[in-house]
Amino acid sequence: MIKEATEEFDQDDDQQGMYLTFELANEYYGIWIGYVTEIIGILPFTEVPELPAYVRGIFNLRGRIIPLMDMRLRFQKEFVPYDERSCVIVIDVGKNTVGLIVDSVSEVISFEAADIIEQPMLSSGISNQFIKSIGKVGNEVKQLLDCDKLLSNQEVEILINQKDERYKDEMVL
Amino acid sequence: MTRNFENEPMVEVYIFETIQNLEQLEQVIICSEKNGGFTPDDVSEIFRFMHTIKGSSAMMLFDNIEKVAHAMEDVFYYIREQKPSGLDFSAVSDLVLSCVDFIKAEIEKITNRYDADGDPAFLIESLKVFLDELRQIFGEEDSQNRSQQKKQQYYIPQEKKTEPTAASPNQDSDGKAAGSCYQVIIQYEDDCTMENIRAYTLVFGLAELAEEVYYLPADIAENPDTAAYIRENGFEIYFRTELGYEEIKSHFENIIYVEQLLFREIEDERLDLFRQPQEPTAPPESFVLPEPELAKPISPTNLSAASEELPKSSGGATQKMISVNVDKLDNMMNLVGELMITESMVTQCPEVEIIQSENFHKAAIELHKITVELQDMVMSIRMVPLSTTFVKMNRIVRDMCKKLSREVVLDLFGEETEVDKNIIEHISDPLMHIIRNAIDHGIESEQERLAKGKEKAGRIILEAKNVGSDVLIVIKDDGRGLDKERILQKARENDLLTKPEAEMSDREIFKLILLPGFSTKESITEFSGRGVGMDVVTKNLEEVGGTVLVDSEIDRGTTITLKIPLTLAIVEGMNIRVGKSRYTIPITTISESFRPNQKDCMMDPDNNEMVMVRGQCFPILRLHKHYQIKNAETDLTKGILIMVEQDEKVICVFADELLGQQQVVVKALPNYVNTMKKVLGLAGCTLLPDGSISLIMDISGLTGLRVQ
Repeated sequence: MIKEATEEFDQDDDQQGMYLTFELANEYYGIWIGYVTEIIGILPFTEVPELPAYVRGIFNLRGRIIPLMDMRLRFQKEFVPYDERSCVIVIDVGKNTVGLIVDSVSEVISFEAADIIEQPMLSSGISNQFIKSIGKVGNEVKQLLDCDKLLSNQEVEILINQKDERYKDEMVL
Repeated sequence: MTRNFENEPMVEVYIFETIQNLEQLEQVIICSEKNGGFTPDDVSEIFRFMHTIKGSSAMMLFDNIEKVAHAMEDVFYYIREQKPSGLDFSAVSDLVLSCVDFIKAEIEKITNRYDADGDPAFLIESLKVFLDELRQIFGEEDSQNRSQQKKQQYYIPQEKKTEPTAASPNQDSDGKAAGSCYQVIIQYEDDCTMENIRAYTLVFGLAELAEEVYYLPADIAENPDTAAYIRENGFEIYFRTELGYEEIKSHFENIIYVEQLLFREIEDERLDLFRQPQEPTAPPESFVLPEPELAKPISPTNLSAASEELPKSSGGATQKMISVNVDKLDNMMNLVGELMITESMVTQCPEVEIIQSENFHKAAIELHKITVELQDMVMSIRMVPLSTTFVKMNRIVRDMCKKLSREVVLDLFGEETEVDKNIIEHISDPLMHIIRNAIDHGIESEQERLAKGKEKAGRIILEAKNVGSDVLIVIKDDGRGLDKERILQKARENDLLTKPEAEMSDREIFKLILLPGFSTKESITEFSGRGVGMDVVTKNLEEVGGTVLVDSEIDRGTTITLKIPLTLAIVEGMNIRVGKSRYTIPITTISESFRPNQKDCMMDPDNNEMVMVRGQCFPILRLHKHYQIKNAETDLTKGILIMVEQDEKVICVFADELLGQQQVVVKALPNYVNTMKKVLGLAGCTLLPDGSISLIMDISGLTGLRVQ
């Protein structure tokens, strides 16, 4: 994956420091623009049973069937109903294409290499492992996501399952 | 031999071509055997196939295949040129077929990325013996050829892989070359027997280490009498190698049964003695055709050209075909599926439907027509006629008839029937097992048949036909039929009965023979009787969503019918709604749907719900409960029960309502979802015409949840 990403760097140097930032529960996150294929509004989706709660289901994007992941649930945050500002960021990571539901999409920011702090040492917590680095813009910081980890299922599933029960009742659309 | 996997695409093409050639070759042999002899066309065709295989194998450095093909080619060259009358066809066919089997086995190894390391020495041996016999019976071609035959035997093909470029400077006219020359004289132990064969394998192994190898006596491979000569005088080898003295010596010291070994370095000139006679005729590379008058002398330079030309000459039909990677076809089918959905989304969009333009509507209809045609076309591309699978059965019938000395005629009907590529792969094995069984168990011996007033030769009919969206493959024999009593008895012994005997229909009884571990044959033969085989039939067919029916009548024969869907990619499905979710159940699994009365529903002490239908009790599976679907109907009497059956397990699925029947294109669930969890009971998903997604149910997964 790293190799693939580097190749893309070589092909398109412009994208290197570019991140698409989005808002999630008043926090700002960044996702490397090379992964992003498009940004769409929330489309009707079909629930798939027996999956973790953060996988809301699958939806049809012009004939492609793509799983939909709620980033709030993924990061153990409170579920809020989707509104007109909610967006789906479709990312392509390796063999997987996934749509990420976020509160809203802000802008594309180009970071200088010096503004990106690698591997911040944070306290242990579930969302911590998805953060690859932190980007500084003026006084603000954006947490830059590690997409590989985001899509891997190797984290503590038990933890997720416990939370599942809690969210199940709250999620009424 | 180690293989370089950088050549992957080339290897792939090689495997593909060679398998095709072998299959065609097999067909030619079997056809001509049926017709009682080779026509000149057959002979040249076989010659051509062998030649192509030889050429491409040499190119890919699969030496053992090349050598077998080469020896085979020699035989057929002789037959082609001499046109011997009264040839022993079945002997030739046996030989060719065993060669074909050998090459197939090697190809299999190559496909699985093993080294093609089978030892062809025995085959080559028998081919040579056969050729010599032919020569003795039908006389020599001419004296020149004979002498050449002799001379040629001094020559061991230069191994191509040992630096073909280095070979030519080594062979310059003055005979001076790199490496040192050795003479080895071997005396085998007195009682080791088959000295000539041992010597031959020795020389064969040496060919890999040494550049030039000569040996005395020269005709060890062909002439068994040389064994006696070697026993008396020892076996002399002269060779030149670049390897060191010690290395070579240790190679010889490892040979078994050697009593005495004389090993010494010699002057290079001594090899000239052997070089002289072969130089004018044999080219320095490995392709030595004994006949100089061959129209197209095969040397490595024009070899590739020759093999390219050959397939062309085998008829214009092949040129109309191209082979395409199946992945590309799969992609194409996905795209067309998406196109169809997009098309309906565009034309059925409410904003568009109010457009009052006649031109627009005409164009929309046209678009629809073309997309449907396009879909049909893509589906038809994936369809492959059953003929290749069917004709393969000829070989099985032939082999078994020979072994069991029975006469069986295989009649093929409807082999042009087309089936999806994925499905074909799954039915070849079942067919083989059924036919083997039919010959081994079904068809009686000749005397028995005559006593019953049947024709002497047994008859097996293999027929394929389209019935709706299914293909039926019928295998019918006119043998002794299935004995119900014996089947039941056997089933009792092996405890395979799941139902009271009295309740079983004939078909259910016959179906017992498809269970694993079932065999009514008293003794185990080479072909059947172990009780494996017929269960493969059920297993493979289940994988493609097919079913097996067995009918039989005593002394009239057995009919086995395989019912398989035309394609896996499209299923006829019933869409159902549960809450807001939609599911699709394959229509083949649905037996009925009904709204139950409250009095028919009951609950067992473990809180499992049941429903009574015509006096029988079936378990109920509430989808909304099982998949935790919100806002779904929970009252059994207000929703609908769908009775589904798979693998003889019946279950009633409770849903809110039926939405209607439709052909759907099966799509896999996204990779991300699949890797996360295998959801039991879901086979995939599909797009409905309104663009929403429906989940396709896997009934065998569901019935597993609540087995009756």
